[in-house]
Amino acid sequence: MPILEAKDLTYTYSIGSPFEKTAVDHINLQIGQGEFVGIIGHTGSGKSTLMQMMNGLLKPTAGTVLLDGKDIWEKGADRRSVRFQVGLVFQYPEYQLFEETVYKDIAFGPKNMGLDEKEIDRRVRETAEAVGLKEELLEKAPYALSGGQKRRVAIAGVMAMEPRVLILDEPTAGLDPKGRTKILSQLRQYHKRTGCTVMLVSHSMEDVAKYVSKLLVLSHAKVVCYDTPANVFARGDELEKMGLALPQITRVFRLLRDRGITFPDEVYTVNYGAELLRARLEGREPQC
Amino acid sequence: MLKDITLGQYFPMDSVVHKMDARYKIIITMLFLVMLFWGQHLTALIAGLFFVIVATALSWIPPKMVIRSLKPIISILVITGLLNLFMLDGGATLFQWKFLKITEQGVQTSVFMLVRICLLIAGTSLLTYTTSPIVLTDAIESLLSPLKKLNMPVHELAMMMTIALRFIPTLIEETDKIMSAQKARGADLESGNIIQRAHALVPILIPLFVSAFRRAEELALAMECRCYHGGEGRTRLRVLKSGMRDYIALGLMILMLAAVIVLNAVLY
Ligand SMILES: Nc1ncnc2c1ncn2[C@@H]1O[C@H](COP(=O)(O)OP(=O)(O)OP(=O)(O)O)[C@@H](O)[C@H]1O
Ligand SMILES: [Mg+2]
Repeated sequence: MPILEAKDLTYTYSIGSPFEKTAVDHINLQIGQGEFVGIIGHTGSGKSTLMQMMNGLLKPTAGTVLLDGKDIWEKGADRRSVRFQVGLVFQYPEYQLFEETVYKDIAFGPKNMGLDEKEIDRRVRETAEAVGLKEELLEKAPYALSGGQKRRVAIAGVMAMEPRVLILDEPTAGLDPKGRTKILSQLRQYHKRTGCTVMLVSHSMEDVAKYVSKLLVLSHAKVVCYDTPANVFARGDELEKMGLALPQITRVFRLLRDRGITFPDEVYTVNYGAELLRARLEGREPQC
Repeated sequence: MLKDITLGQYFPMDSVVHKMDARYKIIITMLFLVMLFWGQHLTALIAGLFFVIVATALSWIPPKMVIRSLKPIISILVITGLLNLFMLDGGATLFQWKFLKITEQGVQTSVFMLVRICLLIAGTSLLTYTTSPIVLTDAIESLLSPLKKLNMPVHELAMMMTIALRFIPTLIEETDKIMSAQKARGADLESGNIIQRAHALVPILIPLFVSAFRRAEELALAMECRCYHGGEGRTRLRVLKSGMRDYIALGLMILMLAAVIVLNAVLY
């Protein structure tokens, strides 16, 4: 059974006003336990709206969200506990920091869960390390940190609740390339270590291609495809028409194919591409 | 949710009323209020009803929206209605139970008051439905500009109002976002006693204030970068222009007001 499931999920903003806008339109989706799902789509395609419905922050206009097969908007369902199980890191989460110290801010979520001091302390230190925050930063005021550090604190604040599903809405937006890869690889390590389910929203194919096991492409409030990265990138022309840039390495291999140098499947990570080319040059089978 | 609060509640359309000069719309609305309160007779209400219906029709605002504008004052309506109904004494007694008494006079006055308040709100909402808040402040500034001679900082006041209006939706959106983000971390905003609830607001108010200050600073900087130096010698992007339709509308309004005043004098 999928851990999280969306059935005919629809959300319309400002119903009945001249600004009415359907941001999510009859979306069906199944997220399996332990998966690492990437969600991409152009600006305004409804990614953030969809994610906010997944943890019960927005009530769907129509359709249902199922967590472990149970409707989260069912009568008597405990939505607060749903939010502890499905943790959501918002787009630009650094603006939600409010405590006097980083430590206290990360502890806000676990404290709301009613955990004891010792457990909170363990979680705060563990997650701070997982997102690469140094020990001495914990006693600083959040406002004294740099943008990237604030972002890490905010991510740690949600991770510390140890949700079974961790959703991150563009965690790397506005960071420098180095900070981006660092946050993403730390996220991957976290995923490997804890085995939790991760959903990563991003604008950039480049970022998600490397990490995810499945890719959801949204366009104009609808699902275009939901498949493994290889199968998604196989429909590259379609994606480019929607204004989504393919990863550079995929584009290189497409150009090679146009010139008659073909490889069996789509290439979307640099390592794999390099190995393919090396093997071809040395006349052997690729080893991965 | 918070974002459902429509402040200024502007309802963009391409109607005659929307295109009217906002200054005239303000003056006409004021005359409309004078008319409603001058007339102690049914004629004022009929004229007021006529005004609201015609204006709604001309502005293409769905009548549903105009009626919806009455929703926030339902409690006031009920209280005024009941007070008038039971307190006024005069004419035949229609109903009596212990000390509660309903008389003809009471029924008449309370119905009269209710209709009057409804018309008042409906008429003024039409002004805000058909005029964007920014244009409205421009018009107020223009109408108040004679006060500049008395050294009143009219431009500065209008600018402050414009900025406040401009940022209210932004701040509401921001509050919504912060609230969602804290709820995602398990903040409990709905239960508990007053002290617990006040305490629960801290995680929302602090980020909100921080962001408001940041925005204010950025805005001040941006205004300075564009050489803003107050109202002196400043020209406008949108110049308020009056035309035939404004004169006609104002003329009709004055005629209606005059008619109500005359009828009032004759009938009493
Ligand atoms: N609070 C709101 N009120 C009204 N409309 C909204 C609101 N939030 C989003 N929308 C609209 O819903 C659509 C989807 O928005 P959403 O934020 O889900 O997009 P997104 O895919 O996350 O975009 P981005 O990549 O820019 O973050 C957009 O067209 C947007 O204009
Ligand atoms: Mg978004």
